[in-house]
Amino acid sequence: MIKDFVKGLWKENPIFVQVLGMCPTLAVTTKALFGLSMGLATTFVVISSSIVVSAVREWVPKQVRIPIFTVIIATFVTAADYFLKANFFQISKALGPYVPLIVVNCVILGRAEAFASKNNVRRSLLDALGMGIGFTAALVVLGSVREILGAGTVFGVQIMWKGFTNWIVMVLPAGAFITLGLLVGVFNILDDKMKTRRKIVKG
Amino acid sequence: MTKSLLKNSTVKMIASLAVVGILSGALLVLVYEYSTPKIRVNVENETERAIKNIFPEAVKINKTKEPGFFSVQDAKEQISGYAFIAEGNGYQGVIKLIIGVDPKLTEIKGMEVLDSAETPGLGAEIAEDKFRKQFEDLSARREIEYVKNQKPNKPSEIEAITGATISSRAVVAIVNNGMSGIREKIEAGKL
Repeated sequence: MIKDFVKGLWKENPIFVQVLGMCPTLAVTTKALFGLSMGLATTFVVISSSIVVSAVREWVPKQVRIPIFTVIIATFVTAADYFLKANFFQISKALGPYVPLIVVNCVILGRAEAFASKNNVRRSLLDALGMGIGFTAALVVLGSVREILGAGTVFGVQIMWKGFTNWIVMVLPAGAFITLGLLVGVFNILDDKMKTRRKIVKG
Repeated sequence: MTKSLLKNSTVKMIASLAVVGILSGALLVLVYEYSTPKIRVNVENETERAIKNIFPEAVKINKTKEPGFFSVQDAKEQISGYAFIAEGNGYQGVIKLIIGVDPKLTEIKGMEVLDSAETPGLGAEIAEDKFRKQFEDLSARREIEYVKNQKPNKPSEIEAITGATISSRAVVAIVNNGMSGIREKIEAGKL
């Protein structure tokens, strides 16, 4: 059971391993705070839609499952969008059109189709929670790296020395690709090391 | 047999889609009812906050007959200036500004960005103090101009953001258009 939760954090991390949901990943991670907000909004949507999809899975005809899942997801995305606009106006403005675009984030439909439509509500909840946290963590790391190099700050707190020249490229789309590529590389190195260590322990 | 099966599954498909659609619509009505008043208050508060930022001495902000134009009163009930909303095309969509001017329209008192979709980290810097503050007490006797990579040396010049000339130019154009707009309104006695 715990495996359902843990796999999203590392082994099947939606960004570093599955490489899903690239549109918000690349677009909003110019600052750590935006990464965090986008991650949390996505986590909310993936959890609630996974629960509902799992609850109605036996009742939904196979032929129309995709449109039904999409409507369920879109409902929660719209709710999240309005909630942010009503309660976190500034963040909602900063994320702009990328909140409604969570609808087309393939992490969410992916979880609905690959997991929630085949498993019970409890397992689907754990799976979605793990994926959501894994997604959020990856966005925060990506956003932090880009913010540190591109603006000298992280979560708005100055951490680079005075006179540090901001690498403008890091907050541009190109910086998103560069950072993502490097982070995936770092992720794979760490993953390899952990695997060999496990083998040695086992051997 | 096959015929009735087909019919059955068609009915089931339509029914399930309809049920999901209706439930989703009902839920969204609730969400809409809950959030719309809050969003309206947020937008109004933001406009008011922006005007107070430009006019720290403002005590009362009055809507005028013209939508998007406000007159600002200080503690002595004197009109200390006007604020108005102006918008135009930026680099990636509409930029919406609120601009404050003195009552004689000779000076821009300040500007705040209400809405924009400029590139984060570049064009979006138009909302940051470093760029924004350049519009404080900027002479409005002539059209505003911008310079690149050097300090402005005329009273009606500002320095464009490095790497975001289009966004900077857009702001300058919106301010200039807005100024001629409010001049016409004042000359026509509408404010």
